[in-house]
This record gives sequence, C-alpha cells and structure tokens, in this order.
Amino acid sequence: MAALFSWWQYDFMRTALWAVLLLVPLLSLLGTLVVNNRMSFFSDALGHSALTGVAIGVLLGVGDTRPVMVAFAVVFALLMNRIRRSRLTSTDTVIGVFSSVGVALGLTLLSREGNLSNYQSLLVGDLLSLSAEDLWLLVTALAVTAVVWLLCFNGFHGVAVSPAVARSKGLPLWLFDNLFVVLVAVVVMLSIRWVGLLLINAMLILPAAAARNVARSLKSYHLLSLTFGVFAGVLGLLLSYFNGVATGPTIILVLAAVFFGTFLLRKK
Amino acid sequence: MSGCGLHCMKINHITVTTGGQTLVEDVSLHAHCGEITAVIGRNGAGKSTLFKAIVGDLPHSGEVLFTGHDGVPANRRPRIGYVPQTLNIDPGSPATVLDLAVTYTSRWPAFLPTPRRLRRELAAHFAKFQAEGLLDKPAGRLSGGEWQRVLLAIATRPHPDLLILDEPLSGVDEAGLQQVYALLEQLRQQDMVILLISHDLRYVRDHADRVVLLDQKVLAKGTPADVFSSPAFAQAFPTGGEG
Repeated sequence: MAALFSWWQYDFMRTALWAVLLLVPLLSLLGTLVVNNRMSFFSDALGHSALTGVAIGVLLGVGDTRPVMVAFAVVFALLMNRIRRSRLTSTDTVIGVFSSVGVALGLTLLSREGNLSNYQSLLVGDLLSLSAEDLWLLVTALAVTAVVWLLCFNGFHGVAVSPAVARSKGLPLWLFDNLFVVLVAVVVMLSIRWVGLLLINAMLILPAAAARNVARSLKSYHLLSLTFGVFAGVLGLLLSYFNGVATGPTIILVLAAVFFGTFLLRKK
Repeated sequence: MSGCGLHCMKINHITVTTGGQTLVEDVSLHAHCGEITAVIGRNGAGKSTLFKAIVGDLPHSGEVLFTGHDGVPANRRPRIGYVPQTLNIDPGSPATVLDLAVTYTSRWPAFLPTPRRLRRELAAHFAKFQAEGLLDKPAGRLSGGEWQRVLLAIATRPHPDLLILDEPLSGVDEAGLQQVYALLEQLRQQDMVILLISHDLRYVRDHADRVVLLDQKVLAKGTPADVFSSPAFAQAFPTGGEG
C-alpha cells in the first residue's frame, strides 16, 4: 500500500498532480466547443504554429519565447479564421495550408540557428517540468477561461450552430467567432511546453470526443468531458510514474481508451 | 386586410455581391404587420441570400427600415426572428432542444443546469407551438415538422417585429405542413411582419397577402392574383407550379 503512494514524497510529482488538475480541465473545457464546432483540424494547425512562434522569439533574442508564441498564434488564428469565413475556398484546404506554413516556416527559421535538436522538447513537452510560477499561470488561465465561458458560451455556441440565427438575435458574430479562436490560441500556446506540439491537440479534443459519445445534453457533455479529462490525467500520471514512461503520452493513451470504451456505449 | 398596421418594413435597394458575383440586385419591397409576404422563385434565385442580408448575416448595400404606422422610422433596433433552412447540428450532437432554446433566448449559460423558472417559461412558450414535449430531445434527431415548430418557438422569443422563414416547408410531411400553416395563421394575428420563402405555390396563392417573384431581381410583386397571372410567373413556372 505504501508503495502505491510512494510518488507523493516527490515534489515534482505533487506539482505534476496540480498541473494535471489544472491543465486537463482547462483543455477539456475548451475542447467541448472545438469538437462540437468541428474545429479539431483548426486547433491542430494552431499547435503547429508554435514552431514559428518560437523561431520568431529566438530570432528576436528574447529570453522567454512564450509571449512571442502567444502573439504569433493569435495573429495566425485570426488570419486563418478570416480566410475560413470568407467562403471563397474550402475550410480544410485553408487550414491545411496554414498548418504546413506554421511548421515549415518554424523549421526553416530554427534550422538557420543550426541547432534544431534543441527544440525537440517543444514537440513532445514535459509535464513534470512545471514550476510553482507555472502553476499560478495555469490557475489564472483556468479562472479567465471559466469566466469567459460563463459570459460567452451562449454566443460561442449560438454562432457555431447558426450564424444567421445568432445575428437575428443580435449576437455580435465577429466578436464571438474571433474571441473563441483567440482563447484557444492563447491556451494552446501556454500549454504546449508541457504537453508538446504533437500531443496538445489530442489532449484538447479527446475528453470532449469521449464525452460526446455518451452525453445527452450540453450539461452532461461538459461534466463528462471534465470528468474523463481529470480521470485520465490522474491515472495517466500515476501509470507513467510506476512504469517509468513519459506522462503526456500516457495520459493520451488513457484518454484514447476512454474514447473507445464510450464509443462502444454510444447513444443509439 | 387583417393586422394592426403598427409596423411596416421597407427594404430599399438591397444588393448582395460575393466574390464579384451579384446574387441579389436592387431589391426593394414593403411588408406590413399582420400580413404574410411570400418570396417565390426558382432554386438559386437568391431568396435565401436576400433573407440572410435582411438578418445582417451577409454584407449588402441598401437599407432595411422599420416604420411606425405614421411612417416615422422606429427608434429602436427591430427584433428579428429567423427560421433558417438548416442548422449546423449533426445527429451525434449532445445539444437538446432545451439547450438550443437557452442558448438563443436567454442569458443563462446553456452548459449549466437550467433553472426551474427558465425551464417553466420555455415550456410555456414551446407549448404554443406544440413543442413542449420536445425540450429534452436531442436537437440533431428531430423530424422535419418537429424542427419547424422548435425553430418557430425559438424565433418568436422574444416577440419579434419581423419573422423570417426560409423555406420552412421543405422536408416536412403533410401533417407537419398543416401544423406549421396553422401556426403561421396564429402568428400573423400577433403584431408582426412575416416574410416567407416558400416552394408551396398552392399555399402561397391561398394564404399569402403579398407575393414577390424573385430571380436575382424582383420580376413581379403584388397580390397573389397579380403575380400568378404575370408573364414573369408563367416564364418562371411553366407548369404553373404544379408538379
């Protein structure tokens, strides 16, 4: 029994537990609308833009590249959204192009520095590298997201279900449409250092995708998405500790198992 | 003519251009409170485009004005109820009808449990559309007729000055159709301008007060008798709309 709680003696594991309890609900909450609004490809492309964000930060010579990443991702998201909404070309093509540019430009700029391998951590992330200040950053991000969700959820949802009905009800389409992608861009960029570019999208969409299999209302959808996310986060953290494997990928595997489990139970 | 005459909606010189292509050109029409104005025309004539421009969902030139019975422009933003052709809701969507109603007609966040009072109010409103029993149904799995009643209920809370229905009669069975017609008859008594896109020319001929025949531009407008006997109508609907 004592062995089961042996992880608690380590500072980094206690910090990681807090990180999971903050980060996973944050991503699970945003994921509900990313999945519902069929934007998982969009958020994936956003994650890829992190490479370019970091590269610009490195070129500018700033110590902490995160503000540059966030700023770049916000511009990237707004631009991608604008072209997506222009109705002139197919959405997935536009997003595909943006995604490729995000990766290619980032890799090109970083390779110029000649040390591409230094940025491997950006690809896979490390949940165990969180500091106490990082935790406060996560608390702030979760609090801000929760407030925005309370105030703007109806707008986000209404605009996605029918822009014309939303307009007729006087909802400011432009504001909600762009506020949502900005929120996703900021949260994805803040989280990417811990989750990694390759897995951030999975952590964003899997809890909601699993919840969608069995939820019967928006209320249960949110509740289940958060529950699945936290369950997989804690279980994945412990499994990774006891098996000596990376934490982020283990959490994703647990989430995937939850997804397939709920898929078998899905609403008929 | 029935109706209160309190509101008149004037659409002046609406033109919609997208990607260099003109979809609707210089459309002007007046619609009155208590009347059903039907817009008819072939597929692709720009009917839905015109309605989306009126709602404000498409950039356009020209103006939409609301005036009181004295002709003085209304001093507030008109309330618009819009019944769209389709919604972006798939059969796997977790949203219930209640979730949609809360989303569009209240400030209460739809992802939180609905307060009892709000649910009671919505149930009472939906009952007017024989739709209170649908509140807990998944929104992605309604029949065509059920959808129409739900969308009408959402569009009429709060009470609109202008009710716009975009092809509400497609994908609805005969019984569902009759139910929607009966609801429209009730709504026209309730101090609102009703604008309708319809493919059911028999209904338009028998029940609409005014008809606009559209094919990018207005080809004919007036009473159903005027429009149905116009050369433009004979050209647009060579079979007279039958079959």
